[in-house]
Amino acid sequence: MSLLSVNDLRTYFHTRNGVYRAVDGVSFALDRGETLGIVGESGSGKSVTCYSIMGLIPTPPGRIESGAAIFDGTDLLRCRPAEARAIRGKRIAMIFQDPMTSLNPYLRISEQLIEPLLIHGLADRKEALRRAREMLEAVGINDAAKRIHYYPHEFSGGMRQRVMIAMALITRPELLIADEPTTALDVTVQAQILDLIRRLQREYGMAVIFITHDLGVVSGLCDRVQVMYAGRIVETASTRALFRTPRHPYTRALQQSIPSLQPKGSELYTIPGMPPDLSKPIAGCAFAARCAAAVPGCAQRDPALAEVSPGHAQACLRVAAGEL
Amino acid sequence: MSEPILELRDVRTHFPIRQGFLFKRQVGTVKAVDGVTLSLARGEVLGLVGESGCGKSTLARTILQLLPTTGGSVLLSGRNLGECEAGELKQLRRDLQMVFQDPYASLNPRMTVFATLAEPLLTHGVCDRGEATRHVSELMERVGLAPRFMQKYPHEFSGGQRQRIAIARALALRPRIIIADEPVSALDVSIQAQILNLLAKLVRDMGLSLVFIAHDLSVVKHISDRVAVMYLGRIVEIGDARSVIDAPQHPYTRALVSAIPRPDPEVERTRQRIVLPGDPPSPINPPSGCTFHPRCPYAVDSCKAAFPELRAAAGREVACSRIGAF
Repeated sequence: MSLLSVNDLRTYFHTRNGVYRAVDGVSFALDRGETLGIVGESGSGKSVTCYSIMGLIPTPPGRIESGAAIFDGTDLLRCRPAEARAIRGKRIAMIFQDPMTSLNPYLRISEQLIEPLLIHGLADRKEALRRAREMLEAVGINDAAKRIHYYPHEFSGGMRQRVMIAMALITRPELLIADEPTTALDVTVQAQILDLIRRLQREYGMAVIFITHDLGVVSGLCDRVQVMYAGRIVETASTRALFRTPRHPYTRALQQSIPSLQPKGSELYTIPGMPPDLSKPIAGCAFAARCAAAVPGCAQRDPALAEVSPGHAQACLRVAAGEL
Repeated sequence: MSEPILELRDVRTHFPIRQGFLFKRQVGTVKAVDGVTLSLARGEVLGLVGESGCGKSTLARTILQLLPTTGGSVLLSGRNLGECEAGELKQLRRDLQMVFQDPYASLNPRMTVFATLAEPLLTHGVCDRGEATRHVSELMERVGLAPRFMQKYPHEFSGGQRQRIAIARALALRPRIIIADEPVSALDVSIQAQILNLLAKLVRDMGLSLVFIAHDLSVVKHISDRVAVMYLGRIVEIGDARSVIDAPQHPYTRALVSAIPRPDPEVERTRQRIVLPGDPPSPINPPSGCTFHPRCPYAVDSCKAAFPELRAAAGREVACSRIGAF
């Protein structure tokens, strides 16, 4: 059985300018120990999907309209708040993009590190502090006994992200959701953090959902990747299949626009136009207006994820019909 | 190579750190840029890469004389900008324009596109009010924006479109050099490609020289003729873009290049990563000698003595005393 299975999740934001369909029918499953990458551009719904699972959607304006997120038998979207609290932060942990703003600047990191252990009643204060020190060492912070009493501003960006990771992993979660954890970091520091996540995942055997817009990061870290566009999954496949034989026109276009895959000096492939306005109903395929392979039929029928080979599904009507 | 249009000679930009309330005394110096020498030819694209805090943005601001130089000189077509009177500097600055990273912060939210683009034209007397509309339309078309959006405000545009407006503003005075400080790092991949293509086209069509500052080496390699790699205020390697990035010589450049994740799982599996220990040191109290030695896998005792000068090696210039020894 999967560790987490999300079925037909729909999260809408009700704003003065209309209903913004940030996530519009997303389904996926994740096994224990698996690493899933969610790739997409800003506004594609990749973060909102994970925020919905974690119960972090501001309500109002946000509302989870339908769907289920079943974690080890419990539907996180429908269970009692106490049940959800017992899972979130303990069995599912999350790290965020910006380590500068996601730590409390007024508290020593020791207080922040032991908080999950104390809240979930996993240890007393003394034991919690001991485990916090161990965890800091595990994420590569030397001199943990002294530095545990520092305030966040006394650490550099990369070190703060390590503290965030230590905080997330201190309860030994079964699932870690990482929302662009390296986007704000320099490449050399990014390499350190990715190595760290890889190593800790192996040691603790946890599953990871890795949200990013960087296809490069995904290719070295993830077992499976799903690509999101306009609140839906347009393609999902093993990492190797997604990079070797991308099927959906959006995935292909995305790959073609990465400079490192292009010969130097040649014109980069660009996707014309802009992502659609999600506050307006979209007829048919949301990508049709920008798609080089679109035919009139694309704007009429709603594409659904359909398997092209075992474990590889995509949502393009023309690919499904064998035309592409 | 043709005559350089821009030359930097041993440029230094230091910031004093003062402490105390009434009687501020200087307790240290941040050497943000510490002895940079380089030149830019007409029509050339120079990529400037390095991690946060290496001084690349400070260098850009120093070139534009937005920050005073502590030492060395910036020469635009042979004229030393540091010695110019304010009036002459204003004239010379027409040739030197900047595009900033964040198109959300670098445009005035209360000014329409027309007002933003017409301002430099009117300030410098390029045209009068009557002709401004025509000039602004031309500028907008040049950067791929429809002139009918002229009366709109920045918030009505997407990030990519805003960056186009910022580029149009930089082009208004027909400069010879544009300095672009991380112009695509705030943008999504598909939009990033559009802006890169636009910049490359403008360089080609208008004979512009471009200083392209970025931390993303793949982007830099794509657009640049030459690349300069900075570490703690100094250039550690400079040369032809393709050879520097495909066959880096300086240990820091090697680590930087090896740290880029490749969007290809096969390459990723076999990629040799050089993971540098620690963080870049503070420019307030930089390590002695070669500032990279505490993190360098090849450092020996002599590296702690003196900062190595840039020397020719493998068709480029490298600041490492141990070139060839590893």
